[in-house]
Amino acid sequence: MNWKAYRPVAILAVVLTIIQLLTLATDTAYYLTQMTMAAYYVIVAVGLCMVMGYAGQISLGQAGFFAIGGYTTAVLTTSNLTEKLETPFFGFLDRIGLLIAEENLYGETVTYITPWIALTAALVLAASVAWAIGVPVLRLKGHYLAMATMGFGIIIYRIVLGTRLFGEADGISNVPAFPLLPGVPVSSDFSVRVVNYYIAWLFVIAAMILLMNLVNSRVGRALRSLHGGEDAADAMGVDTSRYKVVVFVIGAVFAAAAGVFMTHYNGGIGPSEAGVAKSVRYVAIVAVGGMANLWGALVMGLVLNFLSLRGLFGHFDDAVFGVVLVIIMMFFPDGLFRAAVLDRLRSRLKELTAAVSGWLKRGGKGAES
Amino acid sequence: MTSEQILQYVFSGITVGSIYALVAIGYNIIYNTTGIINLAQGEFVMLGAMIAYSLSGVMSLVPAIVIAVVITAGVGSLLEIVFIRRMKKTSVLGMIVITIGISILIREAALYIWDEQIRALRFFTGNEISSIGILGARISPQVLWIIGVTSLIVAALYLFFRFTLTGQAMRACSDNIRAAKLCGVRTGRMVNLSFALAAAIGALGGCLVSPLTQTHYAMGTDLAIKGFIVAILGGLGNPMAAVVAGLLVGLIESFSVSILPMAYTDVVSIIILLIILVLLPSGLFGSRQSATLKDF
Repeated sequence: MNWKAYRPVAILAVVLTIIQLLTLATDTAYYLTQMTMAAYYVIVAVGLCMVMGYAGQISLGQAGFFAIGGYTTAVLTTSNLTEKLETPFFGFLDRIGLLIAEENLYGETVTYITPWIALTAALVLAASVAWAIGVPVLRLKGHYLAMATMGFGIIIYRIVLGTRLFGEADGISNVPAFPLLPGVPVSSDFSVRVVNYYIAWLFVIAAMILLMNLVNSRVGRALRSLHGGEDAADAMGVDTSRYKVVVFVIGAVFAAAAGVFMTHYNGGIGPSEAGVAKSVRYVAIVAVGGMANLWGALVMGLVLNFLSLRGLFGHFDDAVFGVVLVIIMMFFPDGLFRAAVLDRLRSRLKELTAAVSGWLKRGGKGAES
Repeated sequence: MTSEQILQYVFSGITVGSIYALVAIGYNIIYNTTGIINLAQGEFVMLGAMIAYSLSGVMSLVPAIVIAVVITAGVGSLLEIVFIRRMKKTSVLGMIVITIGISILIREAALYIWDEQIRALRFFTGNEISSIGILGARISPQVLWIIGVTSLIVAALYLFFRFTLTGQAMRACSDNIRAAKLCGVRTGRMVNLSFALAAAIGALGGCLVSPLTQTHYAMGTDLAIKGFIVAILGGLGNPMAAVVAGLLVGLIESFSVSILPMAYTDVVSIIILLIILVLLPSGLFGSRQSATLKDF
């Protein structure tokens, strides 16, 4: 096993721990909530990075898959089944322990399906939709593919906005916690904030390890050949259309999973999560992260989402996002985290240290000579 | 459905379709000279209407609209000089991201200048309650203005691209920018002109629809999306096809209202578009070449 490849993962884990300890020391634990939400958006971004950067297929409908995940779990876990327990189907589910009964604020018993079932349903649904759309649509190229995937995103957005079941403009609230492990729920409860921070980032790390392995596998090589030249890859016997669909489905499943956990974490979901603006945001994050660069997508996803969730710039928030996009694309068209940029930075640093040490050697009189 | 109702839907479809067509023409003009999809196109529509609204407070309608169109054209040309011109190595996707960034910036600036209020330019003739009867359908006179001016713009553009030296030079750029340069076409100037022209058309469109649909600082995004869809449906790089596609989308939308709730209008039109696109992967009138352009 190639341990060197996992060095960034270790660094990430250390950085995340340091951040948590810092918030503990400075009594600013509320930062962790934003960090947790940013983590879920990062999962969408790295999944999309696979689709765009490695398979070379643009998807402007990623928020649609996020919404499929979030809304599926929200609908399933907020419908009260107490009165349906007599029916054989729900009675059976209850007996094998797939239903959860709780008392709500008013003392009524609320019975709902376990979020694990909802998660499974959400992922299966997202994967099937992605496959059903991907097979015809991924034959399109470039701007045409962009339009088709964006069209899919708009359809999902309009459906959740216009349907009673999905709460129309209000979205769905009161989504229960997700019992990940006994005593470790995914929820916005203050008592589990730190745990949830680590849960979310463990998901990110798991996603990264999965994708890093995928990139260096047979599939990854096929994808790179696809990106380099589709006709050539085809001629070499790579089943290009199949690989494109597979990666599209993977990206969709990642987005849906993030949507499921984010919804349980926030206790609800609204139609804005499905909006085209969100999809555009994911694409922009992957682009400024350097396209075929999982770590770039992770860092930019974290930074940009954290900044905007934090509301650091108040109502200039969107403006700052726009400025960042324009500046990065203008001056670092290959993304900030390219080897070339890092090398340049390193050589600049070397020049600087050389200059400083030279100046020091001359006893601080460099300016006179 | 009675024939009057059908006519009513047709008029409302043509009205909406005209503005989609104008946005899509803007996309195509810029796409042809640069290969860029300029997602800030919807922002030009908003800017035109907003500037004309502000100016119409101090002068009569016609000069206000003319000045608004000129200013917006200036903004378009400025964007090209500041952002687009310097980017020789950026990929197509990078360019799209830049135009997204620019559109966010314009929108935020508009929010700062004109706040969140919804505004409307006054009606060119009559007012909001005046209507004209045509074969039993009742329409606002503004609808006739929209249809008339849009037709004029389309006809003028056709003549411009066909018969003037500048228009021919712009078409040469879209065919092969390198060859155009070798033939002495100042390609840089043509690119700049295409941005100004697209912005001017968008601004004029914005002024036309403002009395009917109102203007809001954030209206550009929806129009940009719709215009993009229409441009793709017609076939990228073909401004005249965009007109047909725009009217088609407008008509589909207005008729879908009669079958389904308003909220699902987009769902119907987009599903139809996706089906068309899957059957005709290069759009209704597009060339295969531009559809297979894969430069991400």
